[in-house]
Amino acid sequence: MKGYSTFSLIRNALGGHRFWKPVWRTPEPKDSYDVVIIGAGGQGLATAYYLARKYGIKNIAVLEKGFIGGGNTGRNTQVTRSNYFWPQSSAFFDHSLKLYETLSLDLNFNVMLSQRGVLNLVHSHHEFEGLRRWANAIRINGVDTDIVTAAEVKEIVPLINMNSRFPVHGGSIQRRGGISRHDAVVWAYARAADAHGVDIIQQCEVMEFAISNGKVTGVETTLGKISANQVSIAVAGHTGVLAGKAGFRVPITSMGLQAMVSEPIKPCLDTMLTSPVIHMYVSQSDRGEIVLGGGADVYTSYAQRGGIPLLEENVAALLELIPAFSRLRLMRQWSGIVDITPDTTPIMGMTPVQNLYISGGWGTGGYKAIPAGGDTMAYTIANDEPHSLITDFGLDRFERGVLIDEGAASGVSH
Amino acid sequence: MLRIPCPHCGTRDEVEFHWHGDAHVIRPGPEVSDAEWSDYLFNQNNPKGLHYERWCHTFGCGQWFNVARDTVTHEIHAVYRMGESPPDIDQ
Repeated sequence: MKGYSTFSLIRNALGGHRFWKPVWRTPEPKDSYDVVIIGAGGQGLATAYYLARKYGIKNIAVLEKGFIGGGNTGRNTQVTRSNYFWPQSSAFFDHSLKLYETLSLDLNFNVMLSQRGVLNLVHSHHEFEGLRRWANAIRINGVDTDIVTAAEVKEIVPLINMNSRFPVHGGSIQRRGGISRHDAVVWAYARAADAHGVDIIQQCEVMEFAISNGKVTGVETTLGKISANQVSIAVAGHTGVLAGKAGFRVPITSMGLQAMVSEPIKPCLDTMLTSPVIHMYVSQSDRGEIVLGGGADVYTSYAQRGGIPLLEENVAALLELIPAFSRLRLMRQWSGIVDITPDTTPIMGMTPVQNLYISGGWGTGGYKAIPAGGDTMAYTIANDEPHSLITDFGLDRFERGVLIDEGAASGVSH
Repeated sequence: MLRIPCPHCGTRDEVEFHWHGDAHVIRPGPEVSDAEWSDYLFNQNNPKGLHYERWCHTFGCGQWFNVARDTVTHEIHAVYRMGESPPDIDQ
């Protein structure tokens, strides 16, 4: 892998940018691999990268039915944070945030992490009490978070309308939270995984699993049969579909989660602003676009397009809070299919099929978990046992009745 | 925007309705194992394609009914009352 540096940028600029090389290969699939990972989004590619780098497994393929990062990794609103209520969630997501903090250096690729803070608003006295409880739990979990008064909210977001239909009462902020560039994250992992010899095979859809005596032995794909010692599923909204092909059921509902961006404007919002009650989160990208999202559409969907009622709800909520944005035009609107679990905690680790692993149920929050998801799944695959950070996230928790009911997972209430 | 034909009120916009997941789920008796009970409680049919599901016309007549809907195209193939068997849909 050719490293990127200021020097390489200058040299290529002087060459008129004609001499950049492709940063990953486009290999033909081999007949057999040690590990096959299904899904070349952030989770799958990060898993492949850590498997190759930390555990020395070289014979890995990542199969992708579309293109790299064309699913939810390219459709989310780029939020990274770790302000979760339950200790297991905090530990896992803070591990992820810490990996994000050094990711640009580790992968030699600028992922443009901007720790501008994630500010949660509350709109009533009683909600504020609930928020204090949440914030205290987060601090006891060892994660930074601060309570801010209404006046401090106004200072952080000067454009905010304090006397909206739901007046701003105060909030909490995780200052280490923020946004990063989602395409850069998935490209960085793809490039690094490829450099470690991982075959990333795009336009290759898994149709069936080969399973004998309760043990997975490979996959049947649109490019032919590929045998593998171990297979891992990392396909977000299609987790239920693939689990069905492998013969087991998962507690997942697939729904469309939409987001949208405005035309680019000058910098005016330098935090990630979210309000659970009015169902809205907003930030400004480095390109100047106002990035806006809210809750998921309220029925199952695999359509990758959002419904108009929710779009209107999101925009109305934003304009109530920041009326100055009413003159902006929306430039793009899209939807990703998110896999929502009953307790909004991901499903990670082992499956009823031997040597088949799962990383799914990410719901509305998988992007922030990419580094930790990859790191812990790599351990899980290499050792055939769940990493200590994800032992409570297993599929078996539903049968055992130990759910991790993480209301903070989505950042907006569902 | 879905336009949903309520069997009692006629066709209305989706905002008048609430979606309530899988139809035709049968609650098992108390004698079942933890695995069977959690399968009933948590696991969903979550098909890509034709799905039989329950809806409620919350902001209309308040009645529950079943819908056969495609989860990719969002096309509604059939609407039928609670207690009726799912219709065969040619796809």
